[in-house]
Amino acid sequence: MKADIRVALVGNPNTGKSTLFNALTGLNQKIGNFPGVTVDKKIGYTQLPDGRRAEIIDLPGTYSLYPKSRDESIVFSVLAEKATELTPDLIVVILDATNLKRNLLLYTQVADLKIPVIIALNMIDLSKKAGIDIDINKLAEKLGVPIIPVSARKIEGIGELKTAISYANKFALQQESIDVCALAPGIIESISKEIDTDNSYFALQLAHQHETLKFLTPAQSDRIEELEKEHGFHSQKAQASETIARYNYINDLLYDTVKTPVTAHDESISNKIDKVLTHKVFGFIIFMGILLFMFQSIFAWSEYPMSLIEDLFVWIEGGLRTILPAGPLVSLLIDGVVAGLSGVMVFIPQIAILFAFISVLEDTGYMSRVTFMMDKIMRKVGLNGKSVVPLIGGFACAVPSIMSTRTIENWKDRMITIMVTPLVACSARLPVYTLLIALVVPNRNVWWIFNLQGLALTGMYVLSLVSAVVVAYVMKFILKSRERGYFIMELPVYRMPRWNNVLFSMYERSKTFVLEAGKVIIAVSVILWVLSSYGPGNRFVNIEKKYEQPQYTKTMTPDSLIRVISTEKLENSYAGVLGHVIEPVIKPLGFDWKIGIALITSFAAREVFVGTMATIYSVEGDADRIDSVQDKMRNAKNPNTGGPVFTLAVAFSLMMFYAFAMQCASTVAVVYRETKDWRWPAAQFVYMTALAYGAAFLVYNLLK
Amino acid sequence: MTLEQLGVGETGIVKEFTDLEMSVKLMEMGCLPGESVRVSRIAPLGDPIAIHVSGYQLSLRRFEASTIILQ
Repeated sequence: MKADIRVALVGNPNTGKSTLFNALTGLNQKIGNFPGVTVDKKIGYTQLPDGRRAEIIDLPGTYSLYPKSRDESIVFSVLAEKATELTPDLIVVILDATNLKRNLLLYTQVADLKIPVIIALNMIDLSKKAGIDIDINKLAEKLGVPIIPVSARKIEGIGELKTAISYANKFALQQESIDVCALAPGIIESISKEIDTDNSYFALQLAHQHETLKFLTPAQSDRIEELEKEHGFHSQKAQASETIARYNYINDLLYDTVKTPVTAHDESISNKIDKVLTHKVFGFIIFMGILLFMFQSIFAWSEYPMSLIEDLFVWIEGGLRTILPAGPLVSLLIDGVVAGLSGVMVFIPQIAILFAFISVLEDTGYMSRVTFMMDKIMRKVGLNGKSVVPLIGGFACAVPSIMSTRTIENWKDRMITIMVTPLVACSARLPVYTLLIALVVPNRNVWWIFNLQGLALTGMYVLSLVSAVVVAYVMKFILKSRERGYFIMELPVYRMPRWNNVLFSMYERSKTFVLEAGKVIIAVSVILWVLSSYGPGNRFVNIEKKYEQPQYTKTMTPDSLIRVISTEKLENSYAGVLGHVIEPVIKPLGFDWKIGIALITSFAAREVFVGTMATIYSVEGDADRIDSVQDKMRNAKNPNTGGPVFTLAVAFSLMMFYAFAMQCASTVAVVYRETKDWRWPAAQFVYMTALAYGAAFLVYNLLK
Repeated sequence: MTLEQLGVGETGIVKEFTDLEMSVKLMEMGCLPGESVRVSRIAPLGDPIAIHVSGYQLSLRRFEASTIILQ
């Protein structure tokens, strides 16, 4: 889509930037990624009053152009890089009217880049309520830029902002703020000559940030490095004196334009809420309550829509089977593509519900209180206060939880959280555990009230959380980080959630998951379909010929014939062959080749275990019924010993394997999508498989 | 004394910083020399702390607070 003018939105976090973006663009937006990083690139379009079309880019919130995280480093590179498809014609800086002083720091930095700029003075309604008196005309005159008062939340002033965008100049008219050249005289001049720019502040920023900027050639970057040494440039000292100079300018600016009462009204209400929500005792109780409610809701509310989606796909499959002639292509379409698609879509309810909660928690300002309360405990194990939500969400499903780690600004903390979240016992493990526990653990009570089966299941859940914490602790020492761990964080004033934003977030996250992770999941489903529906040589043809003989067709019902054929086909398929191939490897864990097949097919999703077991043991009747699968498994005999295959040792060994192994194509896909580097999911796969193998080996040999 | 030594509700005025890297970030967030800071609360487990500075609430770890010297 071609736009007539490109506008970048820049502002501090918690200034209502996303709300303003949504108010300007409505549903007319798309989300991508900035090249090479996992920062959402939100681009939207809006019609200006003069009929032109404006493209609006929402840049990550930041307190200054000097980045504290990888997300923030995007801001300067987008604003500074010339003539790309993102270079803005105009910058709209959003300032929080209730906290002008701190907000103006970023404005003065952006203004010095000499790109045309206008100011959207947001939360003007709240600042009036708090008794802050801003002389907008005088401030605009002093800055030399238009200031448009808006309330993004109440959708006030949006029309005026669009008009201002359409009238915006092609040339930067803002007043000089500070004497940039005085900050580092020699080097600014040298870099300006080297890079051929007449903007001193741009040259100064290059001195600070040249190592991370992709638009500089290595030769340019090396040259800047040399110049720094030549001039004795010290980045942090220069930043410190720049910040002080800017605040001096801002104080002058606000001296006769803004009058603030001694205590702001809004803060005191927020203070009262904080007294309860971060209370020594109630704080934790309320937080636990909220987590429990979230966790329950993800389970309970998603159950119905999930079964609807499943039914829909069953209906589609049935429909396709009647319309289309049977054959390998149709089977690929139905059992490979449609089944894979169903495996993707079924996650949507859980993703949408988790993000509805997270969006409310972030919007209200509660999430930063969670970080505030949990930081001390979580830091000890190498995590972050914000890691609590993904970890607990992991009990429902690792996929949305890993997507939610974006709220963690610190790169190392976020990576560790992503790496350990799949260890938490997700809902897909539940059918595997219940099947195996019911098989080998007697259903009776101990110590009067505790049911043995329930205890075993609880044990698996506790084990998952403990293992996640222990692995996080180990990774804390393995992962190297160049970023220093800061915890300097704003605790924003409590606000009501914006329901529009909640809906946007649910829609966006689901869409991103389907479009990006969906590709990988469908590919894996198709590969697994090929593995289990084809066999080497003409084994399949031989099986069909064998069962065409009268001793089978005469003695068996058509139903049981189909069942026996599909069992024998699975045994002879590539998956079956692979099962035989890996048998020597999994034998020390007590698994035979049949279990090997289940391990392979479970890679699509763990719950496939039950279905595969049903096919392998040719379960009669409804294969989805767990009891009938159980009976077959209980009666399965080990040909070598004559005893049952599923002994206590084998069942627990198998549970250990499912507890630790990364058997989920969706998680692998989503970890790739969130880290943008195949090495992360690969490392995760390797360490989890090693852990699974070790734990299963240990348990099998202890219980044998 | 440092900011870390203040109790809840106590106020001080920032004089200087002992850690240059930290000071750059703190100053960007409005925590500048000459600015008045008040400890508004301490996290339930004793760390981090929340301070009131230049019109809003900022949370920081005790170690970070100990790099801020008060007048």
